[in-house]
Amino acid sequence: MKRKLTLLSLVIGILAVLAGCEPVMVLDPKGPQAETISNVIWISIATMAIVVIAVFALLVYVIVKYRASKQDEDYEPPHIEGNPIVESIIVGIPIIIIIFLSIVTVRSTYEVEATPKGYEDQKPLVVYASSSDWKWHFSYPEENIETVNYLYIPTDRALEFRLYSYGPITSFWIPQLGGQKYAMSDMITTLHLAADVPGEYMGRNANFSGKGFAENIFHVEAMPADEFDKWVEEVRATAEPLTEDKFAELLEPGHLGQMTFSGTHLEFLPPPEGHNHGTKHSHEGEHDTDDAHGDVDTDHSAHK
Amino acid sequence: MDYFDRFAIPHPSPAIYASMVAIGLTVIAILIGLTYFKKWSYLWREWLTTVDHKRIGIMYIIAALLMLFRGGVDALMMRAQTAVPDNKLLDAQHYNEVFTTHGVVMIIFMAMPFIYALMNFVVPLQIGARDVAFPRLNALSFWLFFMGAMLFNISFVIGGSPDAGWTSYFPLAGNDFSQSVGTNYYLMSIQIAGIGTLISGINFVTTIFKMRAPGMKLMKMPMFTWTALITNAIVVFAFPVLTVTLLLGTMDRLFGTHIFSMTNGGMDMLWANLFWVWGHPEVYILILPAFGIYSEIISTFSRRNLYGYTSMVASIVIISFFSFLVWTHHFYTMGQGPLTNSIFSITTMAIAIPTGIKIFNWLLTMRKGKIEFTVPMLYSVGFIPIFTIGGVTGVMLGMASADYQYHNTMFLVAHFHYTIIPGVVFAMLAGLTYWWPKMFGFMLNERIGKWAFWFIAIGFNVTFFPMFFTGLDGQARRMYTYSEASGYGPLNMLSFVGAVGLAIGFALIVYNVYYSTRHSSRNIGSDPWDARTLEWATQTPVQSYNFARTPHVDSIEAFWDYKKKGQPLFKGSIEKIHMPNNSGVPFIMSCIFFVWGFSFIFSMWIPAIITTIAIFACMAHRSFEKDDGYYIPVEEIEATEKDSEVLADENR
Repeated sequence: MKRKLTLLSLVIGILAVLAGCEPVMVLDPKGPQAETISNVIWISIATMAIVVIAVFALLVYVIVKYRASKQDEDYEPPHIEGNPIVESIIVGIPIIIIIFLSIVTVRSTYEVEATPKGYEDQKPLVVYASSSDWKWHFSYPEENIETVNYLYIPTDRALEFRLYSYGPITSFWIPQLGGQKYAMSDMITTLHLAADVPGEYMGRNANFSGKGFAENIFHVEAMPADEFDKWVEEVRATAEPLTEDKFAELLEPGHLGQMTFSGTHLEFLPPPEGHNHGTKHSHEGEHDTDDAHGDVDTDHSAHK
Repeated sequence: MDYFDRFAIPHPSPAIYASMVAIGLTVIAILIGLTYFKKWSYLWREWLTTVDHKRIGIMYIIAALLMLFRGGVDALMMRAQTAVPDNKLLDAQHYNEVFTTHGVVMIIFMAMPFIYALMNFVVPLQIGARDVAFPRLNALSFWLFFMGAMLFNISFVIGGSPDAGWTSYFPLAGNDFSQSVGTNYYLMSIQIAGIGTLISGINFVTTIFKMRAPGMKLMKMPMFTWTALITNAIVVFAFPVLTVTLLLGTMDRLFGTHIFSMTNGGMDMLWANLFWVWGHPEVYILILPAFGIYSEIISTFSRRNLYGYTSMVASIVIISFFSFLVWTHHFYTMGQGPLTNSIFSITTMAIAIPTGIKIFNWLLTMRKGKIEFTVPMLYSVGFIPIFTIGGVTGVMLGMASADYQYHNTMFLVAHFHYTIIPGVVFAMLAGLTYWWPKMFGFMLNERIGKWAFWFIAIGFNVTFFPMFFTGLDGQARRMYTYSEASGYGPLNMLSFVGAVGLAIGFALIVYNVYYSTRHSSRNIGSDPWDARTLEWATQTPVQSYNFARTPHVDSIEAFWDYKKKGQPLFKGSIEKIHMPNNSGVPFIMSCIFFVWGFSFIFSMWIPAIITTIAIFACMAHRSFEKDDGYYIPVEEIEATEKDSEVLADENR
């Protein structure tokens, strides 16, 4: 067993060094939501470390102390059914740990599913992020511009992403700003993010969506509000308008570079509004109310 | 020619052509070999028509090991492809097919038959029964599984493999995005194998409830039998969901319905929900028998009774109950909102409590024991720390908010391999080594076995530990390649090195089987490990009727108490034994199922209709057939038992 433990610790040591070169993305947050999650992860690692250390220590203790080679030939192990006190401990301590982690989970889940802390009184920047094989389309309805495969965002402002898909289920994920959420074809899901620090971040589709999945990445750049406004002005002045034909062309499966348009596709191709069961006649009036944030609108639309 | 175009592979490569040739040559070699050595009738008489649970168990093992190597080669290809950035070894399509096949083969066609192999061989012996409750259905289960597996395995040379992941989420797996017949293979082959599993579930629940030896109350059953009972109860509840889900998927792909499609009222999140309503209990179907095997082995080699038997039973029952209440944690990110996610987080984390109880009970079983580090015990002891890491990362993944960052990443991949490999693969290797002497009458070599264990244990950690880090660094799973700038290169290379270590370990196991077959002693008695449960009270090799006299059980460890305290086990005199007849119908019916599945995959309706009729004809034949079995006369039993009686007396 010693050999195994030495080797294991060696491996873990090497990994720690390798991983220590620079902090991993998820634990290097650049926004309030990612920071909340990063803290949750650290809390869970610390708590779980107690469990791991306890189990490892007990294991080493029993296999060192009670191995046959260390005992008398005629030692007969006793018959022990169990012990109520010991069993209460091995049930009780895990229950306490799970209760603690449940509280952490519920609080943080509500936190990251709402407008980021400290930004509640601001009007968020709304961006419709839609995926098609294997691209991301970002529509800024208020700014009336649209980009493909890159996302400019202002720092220190709440961001509200409305996600949907023109293809298979995808998952919108910017690890350094927060967790991911699915984009699906028949409804809108909402993701709340914000960036504290200006910089360039990696964004990607995290959910397997076929042949072009690996390259289904987008570039995120967070910049101060005035720079962002300047960029919006510039796009509106210089970029080509997005036409219906052009957008249909963009939806064709394949990869595209970064593109910029004035106007958005929302005008001629509205996003899905809620659960579209398609059977307009029979489901009229059926409302889905399980969503706490009204992310999923209940109206049915003619979207196909 | 157009007709035959559908059978062509959509994305051929030299490797696939080479496999075609290899498959062809192997089949020809087997056929010639069987003919040359005149083994056709032996094969038919002793194996293809057998209804003996022990032989069926052994056939399950052979199939599972074959599939382990198929899935292992897929795994090596994946790790080789991702070992360096921007690698061109496999293209995206090929990689997608490889990881899909890897997942399906390992879970459905390797892990499932492996647990059924051991349950088949061991459970009737452990409860002192002559066979399972429905021997012929048992044969049908095996052959349906086997034909499902074969059907799935020909996909890569005929028509193309499935490419939408083992979870096969629609609409990606629908006709719009997955045009080859690959997903049809997925739907039909799992359907056929799944029917077999469902039948097994019913069979084993009945066997364990109705066929226990006199005196063996439920709370006196060995732990492996307990886990088998609960596992099969889960099978009975979960597999119908899979059957219906696959059927709905088949309707979408073959008959143009819109259940999971993006248009005309389909719901793309429905598949994910239905899949995981089966899929999560499935995880416990795999892990619970493993827990049972570890309980037997740890108790045997610590030379102690299992600590906390009652709490062990309670914990598996609680786990089985919770296994149906956690499926949403596979897609917290679908936007259900924080309330739903919070509830499922709590149920998910709650499973850690009964699982933790089991870990501590095993540790407490070893305490005050006299631990011998045989190969099965090494796997069991190695399982505890590795599975603990898998378990605690599972709790971390169960926390919804944090899962938004782990979901779909290599962190998740690392986690589930940290549970499935020590939880299932280690257990199966441990169980196989442990029961091997009972199955084949000789022991596997301990020295080679230990080498294999160390290669597997260390190779495993080197392969999968780095994935926790790449996952946290944003590497999504199922990416066929990544850029150099991402910085994932070195850790992925390390994973590849570990995978090679794992491969060497498995190769050593094969070598061990070869070596031990040639060199091991055949004179090992009936109880070489000095074990505690009833299967060791039979002769080695086990006679077709298992026990000449039915054992009478008065304690949890009846065989141990018989050996140590002289508590009587076999009472009364030998009587004639009723046995079931062999039957070729299960095999023939499963062959028809194979053609049936193949016809549906390629939408060939005439053979599909003919085979459907033929399947019903087989069932009709069975219902009108009169088969009362046969009796083994007392004289014959006495003749075969002569030696063992002597042995039993010596033992006392």
